[in-house]
Amino acid sequence: MTPTLLGRIQTRWVLLWTIGLAWVLVVGPFLPLAGPSVGAVWLAGFRTLLIVSIVGTAWEFVYHGLQQLRWDKDWPTLFGLLVGLNEGAVAYVLLRNGLPLAIPGLTVAPFVWQFGTVWLVVWAVSNGPIRVLFPRWRFAGGRFW
Amino acid sequence: MPRTLDPTDVPTVLGESDIARQGRRVLRRRFVTVGAGLGSLAMIHLWRLAGVADHALCAIGPLASPSDTYELLATNSQIPRHERLRSDSGSTIDAIWGWPGYALREAVEDSHPGSAIQALTEPVLHEFFTPKAGQVYRSVDREAARLGWSRVHQPGWVQMIRRAEGGGYWILAESLDDGPIAIAAEHVHVAIGYPGVQLLADLQQFRTDHPESGFRVANAYEAHGYIHDELLTRPSTVLVRGSGIVASRVLQRLLDDVEHNGAQTTVIHLFRTYVSDAQGDSPFFRRPAGNGFAYQPFNYPKSSWGGQLRARLETLDGEARAELIDGMGGTNTAPRRSWRRQLKRHEGRGTYRQMHGVVEKVVPTSDGVRTTIASADGTVATVDAAYVIDATGLQADPTTHPLYADLLARSGARRNPKGRLAVEPSFEVTGTRSGTGRLYASGAMTLGGHYAGVDSFLGLQYAALRIADDLAETGALPRIGPARSARGWLGWARNRRYDSNGVLA
Ligand SMILES: Cc1cc2nc3c(=O)[nH]c(=O)nc-3n(C[C@H](O)[C@H](O)[C@H](O)COP(=O)(O)OP(=O)(O)OC[C@H]3O[C@@H](n4cnc5c(N)ncnc54)[C@H](O)[C@@H]3O)c2cc1C
Repeated sequence: MTPTLLGRIQTRWVLLWTIGLAWVLVVGPFLPLAGPSVGAVWLAGFRTLLIVSIVGTAWEFVYHGLQQLRWDKDWPTLFGLLVGLNEGAVAYVLLRNGLPLAIPGLTVAPFVWQFGTVWLVVWAVSNGPIRVLFPRWRFAGGRFW
Repeated sequence: MPRTLDPTDVPTVLGESDIARQGRRVLRRRFVTVGAGLGSLAMIHLWRLAGVADHALCAIGPLASPSDTYELLATNSQIPRHERLRSDSGSTIDAIWGWPGYALREAVEDSHPGSAIQALTEPVLHEFFTPKAGQVYRSVDREAARLGWSRVHQPGWVQMIRRAEGGGYWILAESLDDGPIAIAAEHVHVAIGYPGVQLLADLQQFRTDHPESGFRVANAYEAHGYIHDELLTRPSTVLVRGSGIVASRVLQRLLDDVEHNGAQTTVIHLFRTYVSDAQGDSPFFRRPAGNGFAYQPFNYPKSSWGGQLRARLETLDGEARAELIDGMGGTNTAPRRSWRRQLKRHEGRGTYRQMHGVVEKVVPTSDGVRTTIASADGTVATVDAAYVIDATGLQADPTTHPLYADLLARSGARRNPKGRLAVEPSFEVTGTRSGTGRLYASGAMTLGGHYAGVDSFLGLQYAALRIADDLAETGALPRIGPARSARGWLGWARNRRYDSNGVLA
């Protein structure tokens, strides 16, 4: 992919709150170790999405900076997958200890299922299928508007 | 080639009566693309997506398949069907969406995940995936059939495009089936590729002065298979000039024949510009280099097709724009490991030797060509070779093609900072509007505008999309929004054909 900074941020928010949200709502409750009740799963999923959107926006500045060192100003597909590791780790720490969005009693395994599958789905969609609906997206560096 | 019309015989703005006087058969088509090559394929693909029916469509050009010219040039420059091209998996000339890309399709066809894994891990763990030429041609054939290409294709050469009285354009052409025709079009798209092959000036002079030895110098885009055939029969020296992607490909062919087919060729490789270090002072804009070559995977940095560099170029004008285009492009080749290793091997054996300098003189000898070179180190060297292969390029001057020349001279078109045809960001040819009608161009001759990768599959598609959007803005076509796009994609994926009304069957 060849995102611009604005394209990165827009794509993150749009995909997390469409595909990501749908995943959390529909598939989330059926994931292994999903949690005591559907409501609790949804709440946890919602908070995860929020953290990943907000903190991720900051991450995008870091990625954009690193991208400047690449001649092609591209962001390899593999990077898009792997940065899920650092983002996941930070999101987990924040969700466990953090502030108003904390998920009480969060443990690693359910978080990995929830976050990991959302990340994978969003990554997969952004690497091709998204263009079926939005053919201009790839030319616009990931911007929708 | 078309019979030439004397441009001064034809009024700059044509009326119905002028056409009647010329005795031409008249066709009326609202949307016409000229060239009928890959750029036209991209345009028809989008016009079909926008729902245009047969009676409003025409692609006029001499050859039957949209990939014919491309295949000829690729084959000549030593990319046969089984070799790989230079564009990536997502540059799918048969589909604007680029998904599934050529890598995934190859993996499915071969029942082997290798190419898909390569595309997922490029360029970190592997080099960029690039499709085989044959796969691209097959995809073009399938898409042409699906679009109803043979129904909208008019075999012929266009002589001129002139404004029509009251708006739109008259396209004057020589049809290949029944003589002179005139097409009344509201909107015209021109994608006629390169005006031709350009031999280096000193080699052109050599050919003119010594026609009997003319076959000893060849441009890599011309058919020069006879050289490779002859090299198999006797030990010879060949001089290769140029250091772009075509030079790489020609070197590979020559050295492959040494390695596998018993040729005893010594290859001398002349660089006019020898790039020994990375190019660029800024750590944020520095292109890798090595062994004389400037290296980048594609002919421009990847993001110039749709990322940061595209966005930046769109904001620049004049000299600054030309400068950025030159900084990102120029002569460069793909850093393929197999090529680099092969050159190293043959350097060691003495079968490949590099030189750096400027050619002073080219003269015939009894069995070849003698080239005198002013070397960069100040000495003068001569190279006696059986053949000289010029891998430097295609004709870049638009005025060498009568159609562009006429547009520039009589229809208000202008040159851009790189001397080619000036187009707006929408790819409308600057200065040529005619009433409600618009004239667009895409491909190599528009380099110097707001988009660098114009001469590429993805660039042709980008242009077609911008043109479709521009036409949608004028109300000539519906805009291709998410629903229309998704329906079109489904039709493409399931290989559903367009009927004569432009509806997916
Ligand atoms: C050897 C080579 C390899 C390339 N490899 C790649 C690659 O790997 N990836 C990539 O993305 N791009 C590649 N390109 C660049 C680009 O995609 C091709 O050049 C592509 O074919 C350009 O399409 P086009 O429509 O501009 O020209 P063409 O496909 O050449 O079509 C133009 C057509 O116009 C016709 N024509 C000319 N004059 C007239 C006239 N007066 N009236 C009517 N018709 C006329 C010609 O006969 C021709 O058929 C390559 C180019 C070359 C030369």
